[in-house]
Amino acid sequence: MTGPPAPDARRDWPLWEVFVRARRGLAHTHAGSLHAPDAHLALHHARDLYTRRGEGVSLWVVPAAAITATSPDEKDPFFDPAADKPYRHPAFFALPEGAEHL
Amino acid sequence: MTAPRTTPATAPAYPLRLGDDALIAAQRLLQWCARAPQLEEDVALANICLDLLGQARALLTHAGELEGRGRDEDTLAFLRTEQEFTHVQLVELDNGDFAVSMAKLLFFTTYQELLYGRLAASTDPALAALAAKAVKESAYHTGHAAAWTVRLGDGTEESHHRMQHAVDTIWPYTHALFTPDALDRAAAANGTGIDPATLRPLWHERITRTLKEATLTVPDDGWAPGGGRQGIHTEAFGYLLTEMQALHRAHPGARW
Repeated sequence: MTGPPAPDARRDWPLWEVFVRARRGLAHTHAGSLHAPDAHLALHHARDLYTRRGEGVSLWVVPAAAITATSPDEKDPFFDPAADKPYRHPAFFALPEGAEHL
Repeated sequence: MTAPRTTPATAPAYPLRLGDDALIAAQRLLQWCARAPQLEEDVALANICLDLLGQARALLTHAGELEGRGRDEDTLAFLRTEQEFTHVQLVELDNGDFAVSMAKLLFFTTYQELLYGRLAASTDPALAALAAKAVKESAYHTGHAAAWTVRLGDGTEESHHRMQHAVDTIWPYTHALFTPDALDRAAAANGTGIDPATLRPLWHERITRTLKEATLTVPDDGWAPGGGRQGIHTEAFGYLLTEMQALHRAHPGARW
């Protein structure tokens, strides 16, 4: 039995995540990902793939391997405890009478 | 009473030759479409093709209007014969391998960037406006081609060898970009155009910088094929033009 074909190193450029800032004053937002041999060409490709229609004024590219992400397995301990704590929202508290400028 | 100031007239053949350069460069480069080494690079090259095509459309339209014989961009692109095209031979040459295509792109778009930069001050307002817009596109094309030239030149032994071979192969054809004829001189004299010979020192300086960074050798100047501006083309152009015009000639006025 032969296994799957070995990945061709020349065809496997690393993955980059692309962040686009739509306009001055806004934060960069994740737009998608792409393959590129290095950071400089990743920016070129990001420009061609994600800002063709005037979507951005600034681009970040980040090696996907450099991102540390939460894992789906950790979803419950990470996020569920926040679901039943309404007092973490400011609207939970009744305003004291006479309080101004809130 | 003073006589009204007259704006010098642009010879229709001047924007036509610049439009032909852009049109044929686009048509040749788009042969990479769906064949580029990576999807991302495929999109990048297609983008560059579309920029060049956009420049060609504006230039051919302007040429047709100046000429005043009712020829629009489509008539000029699809119904002229081989010897009526006045682009330099550089842009019609076969794509070769990826290194050859990048050498062609680097040499040609660097020329375009310098040309459009100066043409933005043309006394012809239409020409000045389209040059001012196009120069930003050219700067991006140049950057992309230079990035690949450096990566291939300063890459593996094989890529270095092929990039140097590409530079050496294409170099002779760059001379025609900077060889003025009577039309160029007249356009430069009345302020509508640029004498291309004046662009070469800066072109050579910039190309030299990129080739040095790519650990490549700048070729010596020698053989300098020409004739494109006079309608003399290489064998490769006949096939390219036939493919480009086939649909329009079989179905005149066909639309999407």
